[in-house]
This record gives sequence, structure tokens and C-alpha cells, in this order.
Amino acid sequence: MSSMMKMVKFSIQPFISLNGRQRSFMTLVIVSLLLLCVILGGLVLSNERIATDLGNRNLGPSLAHPFGTDWLGRDMLTRTLKGLTLSIGVGLTAAAASVTIALILGMLAATMGKVVDSIISWLVDLFLSVPHLVMLMLISFALGGGIKGVVIGLALTHWPSLTRVIRAEVMQLRSAEYVEVSKRLGKSRWFIGRKHLFPHVAPQLMVGLFLLFPHAILHEAAITFIGMGLSPHQPAIGIILSESMRYLSTEMWWLAIFPGLSLLLVVRSFDIIGEHLRSRLDPHRAHD
Amino acid sequence: MPLVEVDDLSVSFKQYTKGFKHKEVKVIHNLSFSINAGEIVAVVGSSGSGKSLLAHAILGILPRNANVSGTIHYDGKELTPSLQEKLRGKELAFVPQSVNFLNPLMEVEKQVRGALKGKDSFKTQKEIFEKYNLSTDVEKLYPFQLSGGMARRILVSTAVINKAKFIIADEPTPGLDQTVVKEALSSFKAFADNGTAVMFITHDIQSALSVADKIAVFYAGTTVEVAPVEDFTGSGERLRHPYSKALWRALPQNEFRPIPGSQPKGDELPRGCLFAPRCDMTTTECLEHLPEKRVLRNGMVRCIHAT
Amino acid sequence: MLLPLLFLKKFIRLASLLFAVCILSFFLVNKSPVDPIQAYVGADMMRVGPEQREKIAEHWGLDKTPVEQFYHWSSAIVRGDFGTSMIYRQPVLDVIKDKFIYSFALMLAAWILSGVIGFLLGIIAAVKRDSWIDRLIKLYCYTLASTPAFWIGILLLLIFAVGLGWLPIGLGVPAGVLTEEVTVIDRVRHFILPAITLSIVGVVNVALHTRQKLIDVLQSDYVLFARARGEKGFSLIWRHGIRNIALPALTLQFAAFGELFGGAVLVELVFSYPGLGQATVEAGLRGDVPLLLGLVIFSTLFVFIGNLLADLIYLVVDPRTKEREAI
Repeated sequence: MSSMMKMVKFSIQPFISLNGRQRSFMTLVIVSLLLLCVILGGLVLSNERIATDLGNRNLGPSLAHPFGTDWLGRDMLTRTLKGLTLSIGVGLTAAAASVTIALILGMLAATMGKVVDSIISWLVDLFLSVPHLVMLMLISFALGGGIKGVVIGLALTHWPSLTRVIRAEVMQLRSAEYVEVSKRLGKSRWFIGRKHLFPHVAPQLMVGLFLLFPHAILHEAAITFIGMGLSPHQPAIGIILSESMRYLSTEMWWLAIFPGLSLLLVVRSFDIIGEHLRSRLDPHRAHD
Repeated sequence: MPLVEVDDLSVSFKQYTKGFKHKEVKVIHNLSFSINAGEIVAVVGSSGSGKSLLAHAILGILPRNANVSGTIHYDGKELTPSLQEKLRGKELAFVPQSVNFLNPLMEVEKQVRGALKGKDSFKTQKEIFEKYNLSTDVEKLYPFQLSGGMARRILVSTAVINKAKFIIADEPTPGLDQTVVKEALSSFKAFADNGTAVMFITHDIQSALSVADKIAVFYAGTTVEVAPVEDFTGSGERLRHPYSKALWRALPQNEFRPIPGSQPKGDELPRGCLFAPRCDMTTTECLEHLPEKRVLRNGMVRCIHAT
Repeated sequence: MLLPLLFLKKFIRLASLLFAVCILSFFLVNKSPVDPIQAYVGADMMRVGPEQREKIAEHWGLDKTPVEQFYHWSSAIVRGDFGTSMIYRQPVLDVIKDKFIYSFALMLAAWILSGVIGFLLGIIAAVKRDSWIDRLIKLYCYTLASTPAFWIGILLLLIFAVGLGWLPIGLGVPAGVLTEEVTVIDRVRHFILPAITLSIVGVVNVALHTRQKLIDVLQSDYVLFARARGEKGFSLIWRHGIRNIALPALTLQFAAFGELFGGAVLVELVFSYPGLGQATVEAGLRGDVPLLLGLVIFSTLFVFIGNLLADLIYLVVDPRTKEREAI
């Protein structure tokens, strides 16, 4: 017993002796590997595993099917990984589009004078005044659902907060001396924006992308779960979970548990990466 | 026997540098001084040199990540964290630098009463407000509504309410107009006359000289010299440490000559004498060891060349 | 600035935003490829001839240009007429009124529960900073922040309704029972899980916000000075910490009405709880345009009210804003 304890203690020791930064770096590596595995799995696993296989219906978790199978005999692990990969794709596209909108509006608000600034701040308020999910449903409804509706909806609903951040950042930079000098030298707005402002805002954009992504992917899952997002023929976590609802009372718990848990892990992973990037950029938090 | 005796006090913090390494930043090190009942000691040093942390260390209210070593004795007993907690707000009092040290969302009377409980606390507080010329409407004001002079009197009254034996005042005279400064200084004088020991932390050497009995010169986290106030005279020939002399000569009414260079930071302290890089008396010996403190002519100094 | 002027400005901004939401949502809905006539007729579409189609279109004003339709619709809205829901065959306002009572109970319970628990968790975490309990609370919050609300609902259903059989699987009232026969206990039994789900999710923001604010306060100069004056323990945290952070936390809770509504939509769907959220989903899925528009406007108003209350609290309670008023 005591020798066991010693062993456990011994094996934990190296991890504990790392300091905060090393530990957070390790977490980052592990999390990135996890995400890589998910995406690779989603891309590489063959579609045969999610073809209807009535001989293997409703199986609980096993070595051959770690996440079990559904009522059509499809492998739930493959469905989950493919669903997650699709979600990551949709989420990243939408988040990237949102970041682009935020960049353009934030820079415009900070550099084009008071009128433009107040119009953009009004727009930000406008998009914050309708509940996110309701706005998503509205846009999805307008575009007739499907991937297009989801991506556009997500892109159009996630930019406001980042726009404020970028506006504030650019405002601060604009009064910086070297930008003033550049202005006096008669450089064009485009030149100043590209040469002086953008390089400073770029890291913020990167952080913004990673922090917007979890919201985007969760909203994608939600709108798909509701039935107004991705189509039932696409492998999507929202679809899988919505289907699982129908089998709740049959005690096929694996249909809901594993896909949901996987989604949670993926979202949290992106969150961790985003937080890490932010603390690296923000000197106030650098010593945490 | 001195009322408070600080011996070899060091305060340091851990800080991350580039990458994964971290280092110790020494804010205060090997600091020693003592203070008697009824005495005013001014700790003088330039702004931002960590003087406030000395006050926090004596009171035991340093941030959690601070490492402290050395000893502090109070009234003959070692000032342990539990004793500090017992004495804070009673025998040990602190007068902070500005109104920002008051809770912005609480009326001042409640803050002056502080941890004091019971009916008597109201009576005492009212008496003190009267003594310091604070009218009854001031009681219900919030800190942001106070004028500079009122704020100062409020801060001082927090120390008086418990009849402290040792008062630490941190920068009590920054940017105040002359009448307020005078008022603040005379209130400290009055404390000392009543037998209270006052430690007065400041960068303002003039006001320090006008009230203090002893001056402790603070440089790069330590006291390089402790001298009776009378030694600050003429061209500083009675002073012991080259930094004190330079500081004295830099005053407008003297030669008004600034000292070249700047204080070393807490994470890049020189190995030998801290002042050596800026001193014109530096010898190779100065660069090798931190000079031990020694008693000299009724004062203390950390310089091997001092006579 | 004078207080009335401040309110006038706020009001104008709100009115302009609300108007913009109306325009935006109307034209979005108008662009939809979902055929509103089919939505109205439902499964009987095959039996509807072209003439009938035209009649229905005329009845709903679908034969006019979008701008005309908008004028027609918005002037009706101003009169308080939100039109008739196609799926419920009732005035939209009546549907919203009926459903809102259910949703209001759900959201109110979750709002209070998540507010109180979140605030307490935040305080505990901040006071015991870096201890195991702080880590636990942080882990809980960060995990929950990455979890879809509806999945929590499914989990609770699996555990308490399917696994343990303690609580019913869904519906606001038992199926197949007349409305008059539904007892209070039935209602409560069908209410517990949705309310808990919504609360579990709602805790995160308040808890993390409270924790950070309290940590900031505990590191502030005024707490340092309070400690120097001998204040300590719970009384210190109460006098200088909790009193100072309660207001921002309450404000945050009011400003989170939008998320609350979004959460309710999902939770109501999972538990087949007959509230506004479910009506929104139905309206969206089945193309009930008048109801969808009515709900968008209603949810926007709901968010506005939350924000307005948040602003009001600050104006009334914070001594610093009182001062501004006096000047």
C-alpha cells in the first residue's frame, strides 16, 4: 500500500513541479493534440461506418463501437467525429467572417469621425438587443435553413462585442505619436490603417477568433438541435442530440452522453487556447 | 528600549520573465531602523522605491505572494502575524496617502468607526470629528465628495479613534496646498508630544525635516543612513552616506544639483554597494560586498568610506 | 446631465432600435423561401386550388409589395394588432400572453436561483481564492460555459426522469389530462427540471463575474486600509466586498435577459414545456410569420426592459450618480 502511494506521488511530482506557465503550455499542447485527433478522425474515418447496418442496431458501447450504435446500426463514434469536424468547419468559417466584420466596423468607427462612430455603435446595440438565438432563428428562417443560413446567421450575430474591443484599441493607437506623425506627413488613411493600425490589432483578432468560436459552435449546435440549422442528412451534433431525444425513454443513454461530452470537450479546448492567447497578449494578466 | 525595532527586513516577490523562468524581485532588503515612543522618524526616499511596502510589512498587510524575512519587534515582543492582526487598528495605526484608500461606496463616518463596535464608538467618533473641525454633515459624505483638507483630516482621525501607540503615515503630504501640509504635520507633531511613535514615509525631504527627530534615508529598498535631523545642515558635511549628501545638495535651497543616474530596480540589484554605480567614491571593495550597517556618530550608515 | 434628459435620450434610442428591429425582421421574414400559404394551410396543401390560394394570399395581404405589406403590418402593430397566428388560429397577442405566463414562471425561477447561487459561489471562490473549492467552482463554471444548455436538459432527463423515475419526462402538464384537472403538484413536478436546467446554465456568468469583482475589491487600496484599521474576517468582506459588488452583479443579471430568453427556448423544447420558447420554435419551423414577428418584437422588448432596469438601479442606488443629479 505504502509503496503504491509512493509511486503515485512520484509520478505526479514532475507535473506539479512545473510552474504555472509551463503547466498552461502543457495544457495547450494536449488540447491542440486532442483537436487534431478529432479533425483527423472526422476526415479519415470512412463513410461505411455510418452506413445503415441493421445487423448492428442499438448496440451499447463496446470496443468495436466505443460510442455505441444507433437504431440504424450506424457507428456513433464516427458520426460524432464527423459531426464535430463539420461543426468546427462551420464555426471557424462563421467566426472568421464575424471577426472580419468586427475588424472593418471597429476600424471605421474609430477612424471615420463621430457620425460613423455613432451609427456603428447604434448597429452594435441593434444586434445586441434581440436575443442571440432568436436572431439566429430569424436569419436562418429568412435563408431557408441549411449550412448557408447557419453560417450567415452566426457570422451576423457574433461581431458586436469584438467590434467594441477593436474600436477601443484603434482609438488608443490613433492618438499615439507615431500615427500622428504619419498623418502630418500626409500619408493616406489606407496607408496608416494598413501599416500602423492593423499590425497592432491583428493579435486581438486572433484572440477574438478563438474566443468567438466556442459561442459560434454552441449556437450552431443549438439552432441545428431546434431543427432550423443543418439538415438532418448531414452529420451534425445538433442532429444527433435531437435524434437522441426520441430514444430517451429506451435507456439508450449513449446516444446523448458521448456526442454531447465530445462537443463539450471540443468547445472547452478552443476556449482554453483562446484564454491562453489572451493572457499572453494582456500584460496585466501575464503574471497570473 | 525602542518601541519598534526593524532588523534586516526583506520583502520580495516572484515574477515571471520571458519564457518559463521566474525570478525574485527584491523590493526591500536588509532594512533596519528603530523608533522610540514620542519620536518621529521620517523615511525619505524617491517616489516608487517601495517605501509603502515597508509600512505594509510592519502592519502585516502585504499581498499574499510577498516573501518576508527578518524580524520586527514591537514593545519588546516579536511582531508575529497573529500579533499584527491583534494590534492592527488598535495600537498600530496607518494613515494612507489619499482618499482612494477609502471605500468609495460607504459614508465616511462608518469607515472612521471601522472595526470599533458598540455605543461608545459613535461618541468617540463624534468627539474626534469635532476635534478635527469636521462638521456633522461631513459624517454622511462619501469619499468622492470630500475636499483635499477634509479627506486628510478624515484619514488622520481613523488613526486617532483607537489611540494608537505607533502611527505609520504614508506620503501624508503629496500635492496638498501649504496650509493642509502644515496642518497634517502639526497633527503628527501633536501625536508625538502625546507619546505616540510616528513613522512618516515621504519623498518630500523638506516637510520631513520640519517635523522629524530622525531621518532614515531609503535607497533601492534599504536604509543607507539613519541620521538625527540636526545633521542636515550646511553642505551636508555631517551626513554619513554619499547618497544622503547628494540628496541634501539636490534641494532647491542648496545647490539644486540633481544626482546623475537612477536607482537600480529590484530585479537587477548590484552585487556590492547599491549606490556604487552612481557614487564618486567607489572603490573595488564597494563593488564586491554590500557594506554592513554600522553605528557612526549617533546614527547608522551603510558605507565603508563614511567617517 | 439632468436625469429627465438622460431618460429622454435613452427612450429615443430604444424607440429607434425597436423600429429598426421591426424593419429588419419584417424584411428578413419576407425574404424567406418558406411559403406562408403552405404554412397556413398545413398538410391539406394538395387540396388547395390556385383560386383558393389567391384568396388566402389576398386575405393575408401577400399579393402586395413588401413595402406596402410592411406599412400595413407596422400600422397595425402601432394600433396594438399583431395579427393572427397561423398555427394557433388566435390573435398573436393572445398566444404570447398565454405562453408568457409559463415562460415567465420558468425564467423568474431560474433568474433568482441562478443569481443567488451564482453570487454565493462567486464570493466563496474569491474569498478562498486558489484553494481546492475555488478550483472546483472555476472548473464548474468553465465547463458549463462550454456546454450546450439543451444537453444539460437531456442529461437531467436521463438521470431524474428516465433513470430514477422521480420526475416526468416532459410537457408542462401531464398528457391526456384536462386542464381543469391538473393539480398544482403536477405543475410543480413538470416545472422543476426545466427550471433547474436553466439555473445551472445561468449560474456561470454571475459566479465568474462576482469572483473577479470581489478579487479586485479584496486587492484594492480601500480594503488594504480597512485591514490596516483592524477590520477582518466576514465583517470586512461584508462591509467592503459584498456591499460593493452586489450592485454590478444585479446589473449583470438584468442585462442577461437575452441569454435567459435564448436558454428558455432550448430548455422548453427539451422538456416540451408549453412556453414562449416552444412557440418561437414552432413559429420558425412552420413558417408562422405573424407569430414569429410578434415574438421577435416581444423578446426584444424583454431584453430592453432588462437593460433599462439595469441602468435604473445604478441611477437610484449608486451615490456617485446621485451626486451627478444634484449638480
